[in-house]
Amino acid sequence: MSAVPKVKIQALPSVADSKSLPLVIRDLTVAYHRKPVVWDIDLEIPEGKLVSIVGPNGAGKSTLIKACLDLIPRSSGEVSIYGETYRKERKRVGYVPQRESVDWDFPVSALDVVAMGTYGQLGWFRRVNKRSKALALQALDRVGLADYAHRQISQLSGGQQQRTFLARALVQDADIYFMDEPFAAVDAATERAIVELLKELQQRGKTCLVVHHDLATVPQYFDWTVLLNMRVVAAGPTKEIFTQENLRKTYGGKLSLLSEAAEELMRIQ
Amino acid sequence: MEFSDVIDVLLLRNYNTRLVVICTMLLGCACGLMGGFLLLRKRSLMGDTLSHATLPGVCVAFFVGVLLGGQGKSLPLLLLGATVSGVLGCATVLFIRNNSRIKDDAAMGIVLSVYFGAGVALLTMVTKMPDGAAAGLESFIYGKTASMVLSDFWLLTVVTLCVLSLSAVLFKEFRLLCFDEVYASAQGWPVRLLDGLLLALVTAVTVAGLQAVGLILIIAFLITPAAAARFWTDRLDRMLLLSVVIGGASGWLGASVSALVPNLPAGALIVLVAASCFLLSMLCGTQRGVLVRLMRQLRLKRSIGRQHLLRALYEILEADGERGDGISIRPVAFRQVRGRRTWSDQQLRRCLRLAYNDGLIDAVSKEDGIILTEAGLEAAAQVTRNHRLWELYLIEYADVATSRVDRDADAVEHVLGEKLVALLEAKLVKLSSADALEVPASPHPITPGD
Repeated sequence: MSAVPKVKIQALPSVADSKSLPLVIRDLTVAYHRKPVVWDIDLEIPEGKLVSIVGPNGAGKSTLIKACLDLIPRSSGEVSIYGETYRKERKRVGYVPQRESVDWDFPVSALDVVAMGTYGQLGWFRRVNKRSKALALQALDRVGLADYAHRQISQLSGGQQQRTFLARALVQDADIYFMDEPFAAVDAATERAIVELLKELQQRGKTCLVVHHDLATVPQYFDWTVLLNMRVVAAGPTKEIFTQENLRKTYGGKLSLLSEAAEELMRIQ
Repeated sequence: MEFSDVIDVLLLRNYNTRLVVICTMLLGCACGLMGGFLLLRKRSLMGDTLSHATLPGVCVAFFVGVLLGGQGKSLPLLLLGATVSGVLGCATVLFIRNNSRIKDDAAMGIVLSVYFGAGVALLTMVTKMPDGAAAGLESFIYGKTASMVLSDFWLLTVVTLCVLSLSAVLFKEFRLLCFDEVYASAQGWPVRLLDGLLLALVTAVTVAGLQAVGLILIIAFLITPAAAARFWTDRLDRMLLLSVVIGGASGWLGASVSALVPNLPAGALIVLVAASCFLLSMLCGTQRGVLVRLMRQLRLKRSIGRQHLLRALYEILEADGERGDGISIRPVAFRQVRGRRTWSDQQLRRCLRLAYNDGLIDAVSKEDGIILTEAGLEAAAQVTRNHRLWELYLIEYADVATSRVDRDADAVEHVLGEKLVALLEAKLVKLSSADALEVPASPHPITPGD
């Protein structure tokens, strides 16, 4: 990657301001195999919002989330969570990966998976104890899966698997949640359960960032929205920015100048 | 082979046999455990690459030994060489994967064969050296348990203890790593370190096992017990434990048979024993074995057949009842039942036989036709009721057209549990007639049998 100078941002809001914000992204660029996937992202997410991240396939939605959680290297830019690096505030962050990212044939029960949410608190070498199990069971109960705790995970339906992943994030009792397509291919019951859960989290002052695919339900479920197509097309209260014009800008024409430029960049490097 | 020989071997009376058998048992336990993690981490082929890549290291170590003035065949030096080139092989795979668009499997294929090829070339050079032929390096390829000595025993003991204790201490960490690496990383676990540690343990087991089963067969010893164990349980701890047991047992049995029958190499026998365990597990495994699955399918098929038969009988009786005196048991002609569904004479007869065995119908005869028993009528009412409840649900809530609801309902109703039926009842209480045990009327016209 060509050397992109790491410039400290002058226009940063005052420290007190950014401390209160759950997520601030400055100037974020991420590239896979030299091809930029997200470009120059600047984003500030206020506390207690349900935020949808919306955009076409390959718009970099998952990449954005993964870059926030230090899961992939950033080419440039900074991410701060409650004014600190992710490394420092890790315990306040819950992560729900895509369901397809794991092998559901793995020999563990739903309870085992949810208990993994407590591993961070347990730390090295300590075994899963009664307290972790109790917490895990509680979280499973919250997503309506208490009866399925001891099922091997391949015997759960797709929606139940998704809820298991949610429960694993809940067990941490984080303040900000990153969810990668929790609504992908779930049944109606699961969709309702997830929405209720999101609302409940919001009432308790939590912030949720959710990668979402169904445009029809965005205004109904989320009060904040980030329209993403490699760069941020628009971000703000859903009521204001979820407009035909913005959606056209986000989805209209895969061959936007930006992606063409990215292709070109990849070819010459 | 005398009976007393068998006893001698089984009781480990002979010093040499005892050493070899205990060594292969220890190796089997360590292999079973690491193989379990390797299998679940989807790194089986990585183990294969690792073992094949050890050969050039063994040969180079021999050269170095000769150059340093020794006789070359110093075991620690050879194993060190094996470790270094094995790890180098894995590193090459990672390098190719990270710096090109070539995928894992192709990268491993390339590395595995190139390293092995280089090893074979070097080995030919070694055998042409003065001491080379006597060094017996080719035993690393196919394994040669008979040549094991006390130092091998100590090496294997240390390796096995390390592998067992580290896996016990890091069980939680390894489980997370194998199941969801990305989440582990998000939670702050040093995934690369853990992965490296796992690979180091696999390397240790592989290198320690080279002499026993050889670098070609060691992968089978690693993977087969774990794959076999998976058929018996859905819990990771039990699977690993079972894998350790199967690995140990294969090592013991393989080495024992090899000691009894001259000219049968232990490495191959161990792998064959492990493979037999795998085959047995695949067939008879209680969780995912082939037979268990077949049994489940057969049971479902039978239960579906029975439900079809009962509903057909009920609906025929019901049609009669509508003409007058309610539903009562009376003989139904075989032909009439046969016309209700697309089933062959043979299929229907099989259903009837099973229903008779279950006491749902009385004996079937040409003249009398089929007669339900009291219990049969009750069951038939229940089955029909479930079917209709499900149909009503589909029409009401899932917008299924009335004309095709029968078939859609048929696909699901056989797996309705008691809980679901209760839910259906609660939902449909206003649709179906109030009486909880009454069979609601069919929402679509029922085609009469001929």
